[in-house]
Amino acid sequence: MNTFELITKLLAATLAMGTGLTYATLGEVFAEKSGILNLGLEGTMLIGALSGFAMAFHTGSLVLGIIFAMFAGGFFSLMHAFLTITLRSNQVVTGLAITMFGTGLANFLGKRVGPVSNNLNLVGVNLSSKFENIQIPALHKIPIIGAFFDVSILTYLLYLLLPLSWFFMYKTKYGLTLRSVGEAPRTAAAMGINVNKTRYFYTVIGGFFAGVGGAALSLSFIPSWNDSMTGGIGWIAIALVIFSAWNPGRVAIGTLIFGGITSLQFFLQASGFKMVIPVQFLAIAPYFITILTLIFMTIRSLNRQGSFASPSALGTPFAIDEK
Amino acid sequence: MRFRIEKRNEKSKKMQILIPLYSLLISAILGGFVLILSNANPIDTYIAIFKGAFGSDTKIQYTLVKMIPLLMCGLAVGIAFRLRFWNIGAEGQYVMGVIGITWVMQFWTWLPGVLLLPVGLLMAIIFGGFWGGIPGALKAQWRVDETLTTLMMNYIAIGIAEFLYISAWKAPKNNMGTVTFPEIAWIDRFWGKVHYGIFIVLILVVVLYYILYKTRWGFELNMIGKNSEAARCQGVSIKRNIIIAMIVSGGIAGLAGGIDSAAVTHSLTKGVNSGYGFTGIIVAWMSGLNPFISIIVALFLAALHTGSDALQITMRLPSAMGEVLQGLILLPLLAGSIFIDHRIIFTRAKRDK
Repeated sequence: MNTFELITKLLAATLAMGTGLTYATLGEVFAEKSGILNLGLEGTMLIGALSGFAMAFHTGSLVLGIIFAMFAGGFFSLMHAFLTITLRSNQVVTGLAITMFGTGLANFLGKRVGPVSNNLNLVGVNLSSKFENIQIPALHKIPIIGAFFDVSILTYLLYLLLPLSWFFMYKTKYGLTLRSVGEAPRTAAAMGINVNKTRYFYTVIGGFFAGVGGAALSLSFIPSWNDSMTGGIGWIAIALVIFSAWNPGRVAIGTLIFGGITSLQFFLQASGFKMVIPVQFLAIAPYFITILTLIFMTIRSLNRQGSFASPSALGTPFAIDEK
Repeated sequence: MRFRIEKRNEKSKKMQILIPLYSLLISAILGGFVLILSNANPIDTYIAIFKGAFGSDTKIQYTLVKMIPLLMCGLAVGIAFRLRFWNIGAEGQYVMGVIGITWVMQFWTWLPGVLLLPVGLLMAIIFGGFWGGIPGALKAQWRVDETLTTLMMNYIAIGIAEFLYISAWKAPKNNMGTVTFPEIAWIDRFWGKVHYGIFIVLILVVVLYYILYKTRWGFELNMIGKNSEAARCQGVSIKRNIIIAMIVSGGIAGLAGGIDSAAVTHSLTKGVNSGYGFTGIIVAWMSGLNPFISIIVALFLAALHTGSDALQITMRLPSAMGEVLQGLILLPLLAGSIFIDHRIIFTRAKRDK
């Protein structure tokens, strides 16, 4: 295998793995921009992975699977929104509770909603089809870049969603509303914006994305169901939001780096390649990079007295009559 | 009917007691729905969980052994939460504690045998305290968000532990895992599986209660948590307190790891990230940060864990039901917490002005 082929293969693996990660990250960017930190992402993704797979398995329709996963994810985020926005509960603890509940429920149901022939277990059953890669004629043959044109429909959709999200957030009136609610809720309310309604809306949107992200794993990347199959991708997504400085335009760069590191790790393990760096250090690299990024961004904003990249009101509830 | 939410003048004591009880009831009902939908009888299942946790001497012993690290992590997290410092890194601090004690057990062999355990536990505290101190210092010095740093540092600690037990410190004979600690350095058992660590944790509860409620430092922590501006005006150093509180918090989580590995696992191996640190957050939250109430909560959650493990055999239900119930208990509790310092006022729908 020459170097070009190797890099192309690695890139293809990165895109396949990174698709679910990118959906989840993009969704979390929307939620956090509105001021809601949703640490329930890992559990929400797992619920998406399970409901998508179960639906697709029983109906035979991948599209139904994705749609169902989307709404399941949306429902879990709605719980988070209700608790943190209406009932003003602590966002950190609520998010963790959602992750614990979601993980438990998905793992529990995974052993209860499968086919009778397999003891109601979804572990070990196969789908009749999965989201296959679609090759774009001619383009997919270009070395390296060709990998971008030999991916599943879910990944192609991201090529549209990422720039659209950036445009929506920074160039439209709605995007301005979203950002103002996360940056200065009091001012936004004074301008006549319904802060809590806006936050509800974008938190649920975030859940839609997380659900699809989970289903991208169970219907395309791995095509199967396994206990806790998201394996921490939800937490990497939280890290990725910071790394991309809450900007949808930068999410793709983060996915390529973080997803690249992760698939490199699998790749090296599978090939039995003797490494200078232990595999485990590759696994922790995304978290390490994120902490460094966070420190760097915070210090920079302190020195310049300018605004920090993170939404100022992130994590704080809003009530018009209270300070 | 419309309603609005209004702030109470002071926290409602009645609600502080009622809400956890209601939450328990609501979670049992919601969990019952999940069980009915999956063709299981909820009452039978709850009885099976109870029997699985307290049904025999061995089962009680398992539950108590599980309670020890849970309670310690709950206490650890609680100290940081007092300052409104959201330390969700107890999991990583626990793992660092295990790494610390393993380091002593494996490489400090020149120590006299009787000193191995105390030095090892001290190293567990130092490692955990160091891991907690970093996000504390970052927050104090540059106001780096602690939720995100502590969360990320969990996975870094787990990664380091994996590297150690899979390659660097792997025992030559094993597939993974370090060599077993020398027997002289184990924490002894006095009743079946129950080891002396339980006394360490109970003493810690009393000491912490005294420090948090009766000393000047405890008073300062409370003041910072309630109103950091007022604390600053009173001349309380917020920076210093954050760093100290996080070193103490991490140190206790590290000690939890040290005790559990010296008494139960006797090595650093797969499963070191057992989730005690994350469950500790629930312990702290449900107990309202009170060390004595933490004992009850930790015992309850430990029972839920051991009880659910038994479900697989007795009820042929996936043991994940325990996690479901654990999450279900927390959700109504969080939902209810607003009523401690708020009240709902119902008003008639507005008529024409």
